[in-house]
Amino acid sequence: MRSPGFRHGVHPPEAKELTHRLPIRRMPYPDEIVLPLRQHAGKPATLCVKVGDHVERGDPVGLADGWVSVPIHSSAAGVVTDIGMWPHPDGSMATAVRIAVDRYAAQVPRPRMVPHWEGLSTEEVVRAVQEAGVVGLGGAAFPTHVKLAPPAEFPVHTLIINGAECEPYLTSDHRTMAEYPARVMFGIRVMMHTMQVTRCVVGVERNKPDAIEALRGALPTDLDITILPLTVKYPQGAEKMLIQAVTGVEVPSGKLPVTVGVVVQNVGSVAAIAEVFETGLPLIERIVTVSGHGLLKPANLIVPVGTKLKDLLAYCGGLTPEAAEVIIGGPMMGQAQANLEAPVLKGTTGVVVLQRNDTRLEKVYPCIHCGRCLDACPVFLNPSLLGDLARVNRYDDMTDAHLSDCMLCGSCSYVCPSNIPLSQLFQASKVALRRAAAGAA
Amino acid sequence: MTMLAVLILSGVALVFAVLIALANRRLWVWEDPRIDAVSELLPNANCGACGLPGGRAFAEKAVEGLVKPSECTVGTDETHKAIAGFLGVEAGTAVRRVARLQCAGGHDVAGALAEYRGLPTCSAATAVAGGGKGCAWGCLGLADCERVCDFDAITMTATGLPLVDPAKCTACGDCVEACPKGLFTMLPVDTHLLVQCKNLLNGDDALEQCTVACTACGKCVQDAPEGVISVASGVAVVHYNVDTQADQGAVARCPTGAIVWLNGMQFVPEPSLSRSAAA
Repeated sequence: MRSPGFRHGVHPPEAKELTHRLPIRRMPYPDEIVLPLRQHAGKPATLCVKVGDHVERGDPVGLADGWVSVPIHSSAAGVVTDIGMWPHPDGSMATAVRIAVDRYAAQVPRPRMVPHWEGLSTEEVVRAVQEAGVVGLGGAAFPTHVKLAPPAEFPVHTLIINGAECEPYLTSDHRTMAEYPARVMFGIRVMMHTMQVTRCVVGVERNKPDAIEALRGALPTDLDITILPLTVKYPQGAEKMLIQAVTGVEVPSGKLPVTVGVVVQNVGSVAAIAEVFETGLPLIERIVTVSGHGLLKPANLIVPVGTKLKDLLAYCGGLTPEAAEVIIGGPMMGQAQANLEAPVLKGTTGVVVLQRNDTRLEKVYPCIHCGRCLDACPVFLNPSLLGDLARVNRYDDMTDAHLSDCMLCGSCSYVCPSNIPLSQLFQASKVALRRAAAGAA
Repeated sequence: MTMLAVLILSGVALVFAVLIALANRRLWVWEDPRIDAVSELLPNANCGACGLPGGRAFAEKAVEGLVKPSECTVGTDETHKAIAGFLGVEAGTAVRRVARLQCAGGHDVAGALAEYRGLPTCSAATAVAGGGKGCAWGCLGLADCERVCDFDAITMTATGLPLVDPAKCTACGDCVEACPKGLFTMLPVDTHLLVQCKNLLNGDDALEQCTVACTACGKCVQDAPEGVISVASGVAVVHYNVDTQADQGAVARCPTGAIVWLNGMQFVPEPSLSRSAAA
């Protein structure tokens, strides 16, 4: 039988064999951690420490500013040495709290109350998740508690857990499912209880048989949870593609998944929610895949949030002489890094080091209108047309051609035989449109 | 047969001709003939610098007396006088403004952290780790502003900085919008004092990235006239609403050369690299 999936999409080399069998290990604490206040979608956290303050592991350094915002917690015990501009993985400089890690601290969190989830009302669970600073760990870092409290006019019938992990190289979700299936199930239980949802589907790509098996082995008998193996195709892990694969329903353009009665959560976020109600610890560390052929010792690591990329890469054996590019995220949608002082954030799924061969630049030829990008685009846009418009800065016409539905998955750039950097053109166009909108307002 | 076709077509043509003639009478709109005349006199660059959608719109407003002829920044004094004379209004006095770049970090003085390879535009490069330049605020030198300038006023210098020719610049503001780093500012052409830096880091952190960065040392503030210069969150700011024709002492005191005394061209004119490469 054909496994469920979506139409279009591409098949980039997976390159997951570098790390998909490596068990998750804990990385030792670096000498310094840097915590930018802007780590999630929504409003940045507001500072609540000052230089010289001593913080324990798990103490807040920034507080949530409004509903779509979460606090930031210190991932290690230490002293705040500086609050100022620091390189942010998005390429800008952003306000960050620098903490010199206490070398001889036991790194034990302060004793804290672990909320007993079954006795809590929906609002209390949502508040506990917000206070723990949990955000979507799949990359976009959207505050998780917002998804736990969907608007009342849209009843949610299915909770979908995203274990697709379609991005090449990355294996952090794979390892989470294979090694912590019970924690994932506990997180699902809390979510289903909170959201009053009776059905849950965990979508996992077929290339992770051990994860599927582990999850199936941990299935509770009293909940309606299905483990659904999906076709291996990029971008299977994109929210709207996953919903289509699981439910067969297409989320309308410009609408949120909740309008079709579905909420999607990443496997890592589910495990993070479980951790909040297991240990009471906020989100201060995450599982990061450090991989790529430009790296000597690829690994799946539990990394304290705020660890600088250079410390992380040094711990993984350092770079090979052939290393050419460091990417946060995967090679399809990830962000190339110029400054290795930038820290690992809550939304950092992986750090991939490509070697010179992988980053070869091919000559760009004119579009030959072969239509391969149209067959690749998972949201059925016309990248060829959009690319032509982008080249002449006709951004308004691009909006009419549904640029806003483009999620910059890079499938069109991947298949283009003329090597046209389509998704980069779209990214620049989106930025230009946002700037124009901000200028007009 | 042929005769019939000719007759039918002629009949149809006649009916439509009558309709058009009637419509032309019934739907006639009187338009001030002066609008056309003023429109002729305007440079008609349709750049939007006046804030109106093109020369025609400007002509309409000028005839109504809502804008002064001098508000067309592209027009020369003669143009303004001609329009004012035609309409019998005051030409008004225009402060000529030019685009100035708040960055002096060319390739020679500002280092790069990584090599950017990809779409050669500033807007695309900014989205990729800020473009790879050491200074997150600095000019990337990929000439988005040069391409967007309708008046050929911008050429790239050999060190990768846009050089604005004050004689050609009409202050239309296209480059201000095009620069993803927001480095252009419009200043009156006779303003001399300019901080050529937007780096918000202090001291050595700033110098590490660029030798002509503003380190926020505050030396320029010290004996400048009251309120002309201040240091705000890591960079010196000239307050142009105060009398900025301050003495050149501020420039002499700056240890890095981030603050300059402008006269005409901002940078040393050099043969344009990107232009010659494109030709």
